[in-house]
Amino acid sequence: MADDRPRKPEDNSGVTRRDFMKVSAVGVAVPVVLGSVMDAAAEEVPIQGPGKVPITLQVNGKKLSAQLEPRVTLLDALRDNFDLTGAKRVCDRGACGACTVLMDGKPVYACAILAIDAQGRMITTIEALAEGDSLSPVMQAFVAHDAQQCGFCTPGFIVTTTNFLQKQPAPTAEEIRHGLSGNFCRCGTYDGIRAVALAHAGGKQS
Amino acid sequence: MSQYSWPDPATQPLLGKKILRIDGPSKSSGRAKYTYDYNPDGLLAGKIVRCPYAHARITSIDTSAAEKMPGVKAIEIVQKPGTEIFWAGDEIVGVAAVDEGTAEDAVRAIKVGYEVLPHFVSDAEPPKNLAPDTGPISQDDFESMEDNQVPDDEAIAILKKQGVSFTADEKWYKSMEGEGTDPKVIAALRAAKVLPPSESKSPYKRTATQKQGDPDKAFASAAATHEGVYGVPCIVHCCMESHGSASEWGGSNDLTVHISTQNLSGIAAQMAEPLNTPAANIRVLQQNIGGGFGSKFAADRWDIVAAKLSKSAGGKPVKMMLTREEEFEVAGMRPSAYARVKLAADKSGKLVAWQSNSWGTGGMGGGGTPPIPYIFDVPNQRKQHTAVATNQGSARAWRAPNHPQAALITMAAFEDLAAQLKMDPVDMLRANMDILGPRAKTYAEELEIAEQLMGWKQNWHPRGDKTAGPVKRGLGLSIHTWGGRGHNSDQDLSIHPDGSVDLKVGSQDLGTGTRTIIAMVIADTLGIPLEQVTVHIGDNRYPPSGGSGGSTTVGGVSSAARRGAVDARDMLLEKVAPALKAKPEELEVANGVVRVKTDPSRSLSWKDACAKIGAVPLTVRGKNPDKSKPPDLTNSGVGGVQMADVSVDAETGIVRVNKMVAVQDCGLVVNVETAESQVKGALIMGISYALYEEKILDPVTGRVLNPNLEFYRLAGLNDVGELVVHMMTGKGYDDRGVIGLAEPPVVSPGAAISNAVANAIGVRVPFLPLTPARVIDALEQGGVA
Repeated sequence: MADDRPRKPEDNSGVTRRDFMKVSAVGVAVPVVLGSVMDAAAEEVPIQGPGKVPITLQVNGKKLSAQLEPRVTLLDALRDNFDLTGAKRVCDRGACGACTVLMDGKPVYACAILAIDAQGRMITTIEALAEGDSLSPVMQAFVAHDAQQCGFCTPGFIVTTTNFLQKQPAPTAEEIRHGLSGNFCRCGTYDGIRAVALAHAGGKQS
Repeated sequence: MSQYSWPDPATQPLLGKKILRIDGPSKSSGRAKYTYDYNPDGLLAGKIVRCPYAHARITSIDTSAAEKMPGVKAIEIVQKPGTEIFWAGDEIVGVAAVDEGTAEDAVRAIKVGYEVLPHFVSDAEPPKNLAPDTGPISQDDFESMEDNQVPDDEAIAILKKQGVSFTADEKWYKSMEGEGTDPKVIAALRAAKVLPPSESKSPYKRTATQKQGDPDKAFASAAATHEGVYGVPCIVHCCMESHGSASEWGGSNDLTVHISTQNLSGIAAQMAEPLNTPAANIRVLQQNIGGGFGSKFAADRWDIVAAKLSKSAGGKPVKMMLTREEEFEVAGMRPSAYARVKLAADKSGKLVAWQSNSWGTGGMGGGGTPPIPYIFDVPNQRKQHTAVATNQGSARAWRAPNHPQAALITMAAFEDLAAQLKMDPVDMLRANMDILGPRAKTYAEELEIAEQLMGWKQNWHPRGDKTAGPVKRGLGLSIHTWGGRGHNSDQDLSIHPDGSVDLKVGSQDLGTGTRTIIAMVIADTLGIPLEQVTVHIGDNRYPPSGGSGGSTTVGGVSSAARRGAVDARDMLLEKVAPALKAKPEELEVANGVVRVKTDPSRSLSWKDACAKIGAVPLTVRGKNPDKSKPPDLTNSGVGGVQMADVSVDAETGIVRVNKMVAVQDCGLVVNVETAESQVKGALIMGISYALYEEKILDPVTGRVLNPNLEFYRLAGLNDVGELVVHMMTGKGYDDRGVIGLAEPPVVSPGAAISNAVANAIGVRVPFLPLTPARVIDALEQGGVA
């Protein structure tokens, strides 16, 4: 296949508009910095910062505003400015999933999105998944299957699992393996997490 | 004298059952607060300027530009110009600023000059014919001799001949004694000449050869001899929550520290001297910790810096959490270990001779010495170890220090020899039961169970899967041991006049279920429901408890909880006895009532009974007996057997773990639910280090090439096959008391998986991790493909 051929470095300078659109569609978090791309997009890009700018986020059904530098990530804004500390900072570069939140209903790594780019999106954090003082069914299942040890990766896993089970209420073992492989746990709680998803599917409880 | 002994779990509502962890809801709801989440008003962000070179001398530090930056509140020079730096990432200057971005800008604005010095980061095989090190023994050397069970007379002879390079305090001698060092060795240590440390420039420190029996004769007459090289690279703890703390001063001499630690009660004493503040004035707090695995016992230099920055900033809170990259460079790792091994057996498969030349690194200290041959007391041995000093951040205890490396080296050689003898390794293990030491009976029982659970007899085949197709399947096994006697733990248990019960202890719950275990023991002993017991941990104003390391917590906290609860119960019964017109010893507690044993109709509800206490709570201090006394409620020494079933794609080199079986003893299992979770966690951690994990240092720059979670790979959910855990319980186990569990099950997975891969593809992949490239390389040398 043509795409599998190794590319010379200079190939990268000629990003086509189609490639750019493909890249953009992958996710809002992909920073595109090539000057030629900006030209190709032919859009006015307002300059923000340096220095603090007003930022308003729609989080858990509330409007939250703060003066933040454009470089502040969604994760840091949630944790440091709004004291929503359920999403955790672990790798801080979109690899481990401990910071997972929902953006317009989709799970995203909040450490890989700038707060300024998350404006106008609906953000849902682990704090809003709990029903008042009681637990959501997925949270209850994590407790019941002992799918947590130190608990640091747990909120991220629960946001991911909640969304996964909404999309696939009766996943197969294979679907669980792939659907829940975007988060890391160091204590080794995967067996309990698989059991949570399998039990939801009406499968055999472990 | 009160009867503290453990009751039969069969008679207890909670002990030995599957009980869900009591802090589960707070964690799964995201409400559980960790050190990283501490976020008070006015919090300053701490950051550190770190040395970019693996070996250098600081020539100048200029902080003037940073000082002028708006938002920068304090700057603290950690190491002055002229200081020699031995690893990349070492701390040079600390900064506190109004937010993290500003602190990062300030770090960039600080100019540090360095004279770059030559570095050495390779843990490749040392050159041959190195002279043995005859210099004085350092404290590290001595501890590693003890870890490696150097025979007492040999240790005494070395101390006499070579002297020591350190003077230790009484506390250290006591701790060595506590860990089982023979008094004669301690006496030799005290009597040894104190000499200046060796000035050797070589990175290699070769220990004298140790000999046992007559290895030459044994090799010459053996039925089979196998030679091989095996090893494990440096790996990193990768705690999800990085290291760090938040410090704030109230007044000039009153410090509060929130810290991510495995050693809550030990932190104040460590911070007192560098901060010139009495330990009594240092409050240490932690409700939850996001992983430790052995790397979080100390108040680290960055914690001291955070406290100093806070003081300079007028006492405002300063939070200093390491970035992921910093974690990889400075927050600890597991030492590497490699060995050239020669192992021989007679024709029945019984091991007769072992020879090894091993080496490894743990940073500048050289690292630990793996206790090889692991578990097997091979009658004839010759072994020699070379510690390699490298310019990288120091090793720290990593779950079961030195054991996983020793297990891999020993069990891989063992399995290779079995293949050469065309023996099933299970049979060969059975042929060696009499040299497996004090836990031999445990291994024998466990082996039988593991064999069943794995379907070993049906599924095992001689080395090299001969079936068609590129995917080869194989089975492997390993065994392991650990000590795990409970640590000291002081606990205050209060029964309140309204019937509520609470316990205070300066311990920590690493996710192992410590809170839950304490509550279970109290509830069972007092005959009340679990929900009625509140356990307070995570504050050094509570009575002190040992650090959570070496699998010592469960034995420590459960024993002290049992003692305290028995005493409290007996005191309560004394107060209640007159109301029930009985003697205290005629009473018992069960199912929420206090009743007369022989006439249960004469009873008081728990609440009514507690009303007899009076106006103030009844408070009892639970405490374990001194370590010099034989243990009663806890014990030391466990055994475990593990088996792995893997598939290897001989075309791509990709290894998948289909199934792991762990059969584990830890004496009396307090909570089967959390115990099984912990063993499963250990299997997953084991799959991770067996297949993926390696800290890679760049020989040119001396820096970590993969200090992140993209290129330092952890096992994900998709990488883990079926996990089967069997906990040994009943006679011979329950009666030994509670023994630690965290370390042992993480020892064997690397060896079991490596052996399964060799069994599948017919050739040994000598080093972990078993990456596709290494598998393909091994297949080039032979095997099935």
